[in-house]
Amino acid sequence: MPLSSRSALPGFHLALGYTLVYLSLIVLIPLAGVFFKAAELSLAEIWAILSSERVLGALKLSFGTALIAAALNAVFGTLVAWVLVRYDFPGKRLFDAMIDLPFALPTAVAGISLTALYAGNGWIGQWLEPLGIKIAFTPVGIIIALLFIGLPFVVRTVEPVLRDTEKELEEASASLGANRWQTIRLVLFPSLLPSLLTGFALAFARGVGEYGSVIFIAGNLPYVSEIAPLLIVIRLEEFDYAGATVVAAAMLVIAFVMLLVINGLQAWSNRHKVRNQSLALPVQGGKP
Amino acid sequence: MSAVLSGKASHSAVTESASVRRLLIAGALLFLLLFLLLPLMSVFFEALRNGIGTYVEALTEPDAIAAIKLTLFAAGIAVPLNLVFGVAAAWAVAKFEFRGKTLLTTLIDLPFSVSPVVSGLIYVLMFGASGWAAGLIADTNIQIIFALPGIVLATIFVTFPFVARELIPLMQEQGTDDEQAALSLGANGWQTFWHVTLPNVRWGLLYGVLLCNARAMGEFGAVSVVSGHIRGETNTMPLHVEILYNEYNFAAAFAMASVLASLALLTLGLKSLLETRHGEALSQSHKH
Amino acid sequence: MDITLSTIDKQFGQFKALDNIDLHIESGELIALLGPSGSGKTTLLRIIAGLEFADGGAVYFGGEDVAATPLRKRQIGFVFQHYALFKHMTVRDNVSFGLRVRKGETRPDKASIRRRADELLDLVQLSGLGDRYPHQLSGGQRQRVALARALAIEPKVLLLDEPFGALDAKVRKELRQWLRELHQKTGVTTLFVTHDQEEALELADRVVIMSDGKIAQVGSVDDVYERPASPLVFDFLGSTNRISAQVQDGDLVVGGQQVARYNGDQTGSATLYVRPGDLRVAGAGDPGLEVTVLNVQRTGPIVRATVEIPPTGQRLAVEVPHLHHDVKEFVPEQTLRLRLMQFSVFAAEPEFIKDGVSTPHLIGRERLRQVQ
Repeated sequence: MPLSSRSALPGFHLALGYTLVYLSLIVLIPLAGVFFKAAELSLAEIWAILSSERVLGALKLSFGTALIAAALNAVFGTLVAWVLVRYDFPGKRLFDAMIDLPFALPTAVAGISLTALYAGNGWIGQWLEPLGIKIAFTPVGIIIALLFIGLPFVVRTVEPVLRDTEKELEEASASLGANRWQTIRLVLFPSLLPSLLTGFALAFARGVGEYGSVIFIAGNLPYVSEIAPLLIVIRLEEFDYAGATVVAAAMLVIAFVMLLVINGLQAWSNRHKVRNQSLALPVQGGKP
Repeated sequence: MSAVLSGKASHSAVTESASVRRLLIAGALLFLLLFLLLPLMSVFFEALRNGIGTYVEALTEPDAIAAIKLTLFAAGIAVPLNLVFGVAAAWAVAKFEFRGKTLLTTLIDLPFSVSPVVSGLIYVLMFGASGWAAGLIADTNIQIIFALPGIVLATIFVTFPFVARELIPLMQEQGTDDEQAALSLGANGWQTFWHVTLPNVRWGLLYGVLLCNARAMGEFGAVSVVSGHIRGETNTMPLHVEILYNEYNFAAAFAMASVLASLALLTLGLKSLLETRHGEALSQSHKH
Repeated sequence: MDITLSTIDKQFGQFKALDNIDLHIESGELIALLGPSGSGKTTLLRIIAGLEFADGGAVYFGGEDVAATPLRKRQIGFVFQHYALFKHMTVRDNVSFGLRVRKGETRPDKASIRRRADELLDLVQLSGLGDRYPHQLSGGQRQRVALARALAIEPKVLLLDEPFGALDAKVRKELRQWLRELHQKTGVTTLFVTHDQEEALELADRVVIMSDGKIAQVGSVDDVYERPASPLVFDFLGSTNRISAQVQDGDLVVGGQQVARYNGDQTGSATLYVRPGDLRVAGAGDPGLEVTVLNVQRTGPIVRATVEIPPTGQRLAVEVPHLHHDVKEFVPEQTLRLRLMQFSVFAAEPEFIKDGVSTPHLIGRERLRQVQ
């Protein structure tokens, strides 16, 4: 079988060739460099770096906070998506547009403004401090920053599915005697689940690698509030390239696994969508 | 208030009671207020805390001007390069069938899954003092790391997928009928591309460029690793924010941050405008 | 220009879209490619255009192999199913596109391009709409813009993919008539793809009926309708009654009744195909089939009845023009005898055919329009 079947359209080889060269030069070769560099070390050396208490602590912190923030975002993101799709209220369009703010706002700006808000003398922190709740410069602050960063991932994956879900499904459920909670739990939730998991995974993946918004609010105490990306930067500043590379390679491997998981979830989610649609609209005679 | 909040949903048999609705809306809005709106407002508040004089001064001092220029310069190179790449990749992926297409699309999205810090690190490992590709530039006077080329490279990497991932689904939805019609009428490949394909995707292209540019100007982690933080030379706007903040010069840090936040708001505004005005000319996922 | 297709093969993955297609089209003919979806008709049209490429075989335009001629040099006018109008261009710019993209001397000057576009818009009865955009037009108008655009390059062949598929029934009828007239005016060799048998029969000089990637029958409208080559073609063109029958000693027997004489020496079971409109009340001396009327529906110009063959319980549909003298005979629960005015008989079982052909095979027809 040839690489591609013959097409009436021109430019395939030029376009694909350019794409592959550019992709290789900018992305693939530099990324592969991390693994080449890591491969210069013996397995024992790699293990020694990875299992050091500080690296383990940083990785645990990055994963733990990302997991908690993604879970919270799954809940609140779904609530926000639900409210935006199902209800009308003043300022709805503005709020809808604002959801993408974390995508557009530079992470450093998010970092300093969240710190200013949640520090002991900040707009929000000053109310919490007397209650003994410290947010800025603790792992809780990291979660707050990741909540901000991850929110649009959940909202923007759940929202379209929720919008495309036909009202008839719920009406059918209600007509069969289900109460509102049963309808939501048994009819709506299963059809939302794939997109909800996709949004959760996207928010989690982003949270693990996040740097800019976190370092200002985290406090960055080794073993306590030092995230893995920051540890890479510190190792680099110490000219410990081996240490930085091993942590980076570990994060890359995890990112690739997450990417596979997300692709799988998205494929599942798309299948779900197609299945729902084909139930709704009998397919017209396809193209021969 | 209740009449406003209940809105259109009140006519349907399948919705929640008015009180539950109000509670959900209130919960969602409170969440958005705490995690999106307050941080944004605090940026502008903190920036103007010491008066407009300090604000203007902070933005007009030479280092600030240099940072703004550098940011514009890096984005000015990265965005057009990724634009050309995005168009080429979308032409190959959306208009032709070939083996390995799914893999290629996944690889194009790869930079989104990589931690910003790792995105910077890969170029340090390549071109840094003992980098594995440092030999390529050893005989020249070109310095990549801790210099302008490194900043541009890191920016290209983190904004790599934006245009492509906007164009690929859009061009897939549009199919190849228009191009085939143009060719059957005697147009050559370039004529077909300029007169038919490009006008068909122009709004999607603009959308992709908008997001690409916002990220290019706001990138922090990746640029931070390769920049070396030389004031007035290799500091972009987000890095300048960090330096000022770490020097406890909060007013100046927030002044610069407010410029970036305004850019983010402008991006969001234009993005919403595109979605409302030209929603039908964007890919399915952005149709509102 | 005449077109010859020689042993065209096309495979999509495991699916054989076209299987060894041979076809010759005379210059100036208007041909319909008719078939159910998945029969390969659109693929065949796209291969002629150069939009797809055959795995085997060759396409000749006027005796010349066009394998190496790319789409943009084939000079074919292709009208897409959904028109593929350039939505950011005005109607006039759409129509003149093929002239505007020409290079050097072959490209007419601006004034003549505009004049030519307006002439074509006159031809398709859209004068004065040149400055509109496609989205401001109705479906039928868009269809005509697409045609004008295809005609602008003075194509040697006009190819239309389901040209009226996206239009409502009334517009479709008008456009059919109009396309027929346009073809008479221009004389361009024209092929169109359709799954609508009425459209094919009404418009085309010749009909190519396709099924499962093969040509089931080629012929004039009369040929394919009156003398279907296979049960498949019979089924596909109009509604059909299918009746199990026996052929015995020159008689055709259904449920113990001698229905018609049959001139042949074969014996065995067969399937009889008769169209609802070819059943009439039999006269006293005619051969016929005794049936019981179950119900009668008057639907405008046609009266439809459902009848049952008593011994087997099989039901038949009958259609009679509303003014025909037979109509009064169709009274529910009445028994009457039906004459099969015209029918085809195909062998039901392979072993019935002496030479061992395994597909259902035509063994005879009877055409009795006049009383013997």
